[in-house]
Amino acid sequence: MRTGDELPPVEIPITRTLIVAGAIASRDYQDVHHDPESARHKGSPDIFMNILTTNGLVGRYITDHFGPRTVLKKVAIRLGAPNYPGDTMVLNGRVETVEGATATVRIVGTNRIGNHVTGTVTFSLRDAEGTPSEHTRA
Amino acid sequence: MVDDPEAPPAPPEARDPDAPTHPAHDLSTHLKSYEGHPAAVSATGKDPVNLPMIRHWCEALGDTNPAYTGPEAIAPPTMLQAWTMGGLGGLGGLGGPGGPGARGGHTGRAQAYDELLALLDASGCTSVVATDCEQEYLQPLRPGDEITFDTVIESVSDRKTTKLGTGHFVTTRTDVRVGETLVGTHRFRILKYAPAQAKKTPPRPRPVVNRDNAGFWEGVERHRLLIQRCTACAALRFPWLPGCAHCGGPDWDTVEASGEGTVYSYVVMHHPPFPAFDPPYAVVLVELAEGVRIISNLVGTPYDKVRIGMPVRLVFQVYDGELTLPVFRAAEEAAAEEAAV
Ligand SMILES: [Zn+2]
Repeated sequence: MRTGDELPPVEIPITRTLIVAGAIASRDYQDVHHDPESARHKGSPDIFMNILTTNGLVGRYITDHFGPRTVLKKVAIRLGAPNYPGDTMVLNGRVETVEGATATVRIVGTNRIGNHVTGTVTFSLRDAEGTPSEHTRA
Repeated sequence: MVDDPEAPPAPPEARDPDAPTHPAHDLSTHLKSYEGHPAAVSATGKDPVNLPMIRHWCEALGDTNPAYTGPEAIAPPTMLQAWTMGGLGGLGGLGGPGGPGARGGHTGRAQAYDELLALLDASGCTSVVATDCEQEYLQPLRPGDEITFDTVIESVSDRKTTKLGTGHFVTTRTDVRVGETLVGTHRFRILKYAPAQAKKTPPRPRPVVNRDNAGFWEGVERHRLLIQRCTACAALRFPWLPGCAHCGGPDWDTVEASGEGTVYSYVVMHHPPFPAFDPPYAVVLVELAEGVRIISNLVGTPYDKVRIGMPVRLVFQVYDGELTLPVFRAAEEAAAEEAAV
């Protein structure tokens, strides 16, 4: 892993099911995440993904790519264009820093409207014994 | 109003929460006085960290990481906030997810956050959206762990103008512990805002008045619903047309509708939204007592309470201060209203 490495993009279809299931799995019952009529009354064209689901998907993008040895240390995200049903979010990542056992990847998730999420994920890789790998240790 | 900029802001308790509208500067000062105040103190998670909730999360997000299953399972670190949420039985949607009001514990809530949100509500910032989430994971959470958390109001921004409307960013920081051990921190920013004002509802579409239907609209102006009648064969016709569909006769006079009718059919408009109308709403086809049918709206009845066969009564309603339209009310309701006059 080197600074500047690009992660392959991952496409995530934004289904109604994903939005609702993600909201409920994160125990977020705000009506704008499951009730289209309520969402419209609040000025939104439809339900939209909650930030906790986005956060989880960003974490999954990193752990899927680097594998189960990945230990997430920090996820920092900012939301922009909402994820509405029927859209597709494409996650992209680029390794920003590698310091010893720890790396930071800058991520961007785009949808039809623009950038849904921007942020960074900091993580380290464990070796088989569960300690940070020697070859990546500072 | 003169404020000494050097004077430290009074603590929230010293202020009158019911004070009338503050000038913007004063409001910002007041809002800032909440910085550093706790929003939750030693609150407890509603459930211990547990495999079923972990599995539901993984299923929802399509996360197949083996680290989250089996006897050595850890919780997905990004679930950190989920363990603090109040859920449906919780304390209501204050502040959105991550707002301490949205979470949980039965114990440990501090008033400051509620007060801050109430103050923002009172200043017109009634809507909320989560904008930033920053989590650090210090120790993995495992099934059986019981979390406690403390939340502090880190900052309240000045009034900002955003695409959504003007408002204030409120940043909270939550420390999550298992026993004495800090396992994670969670910084969360919401925007409490006044929605960019819905431009005034556009006016209803105007009728196209021509030689063939001018008599109808003149009748409406005088609060009379006129039906055309063929002078040759006496057939009633509606809407207005230049000739009789029955005998072809060009000559006509009118009869005034009694105003009684029933819903013959209806549709509920959900989509697409049309300016001037606020979906969902019902469009009804009313069969008048005279036998002709008219397309109109049913007012005063929720769209999902409209039924075929429902007796209705004509009323004239003025829209946009100038446009009179014949619409209908449920008959019982119209009767009750007349009785009350
Ligand atoms: Zn005729």
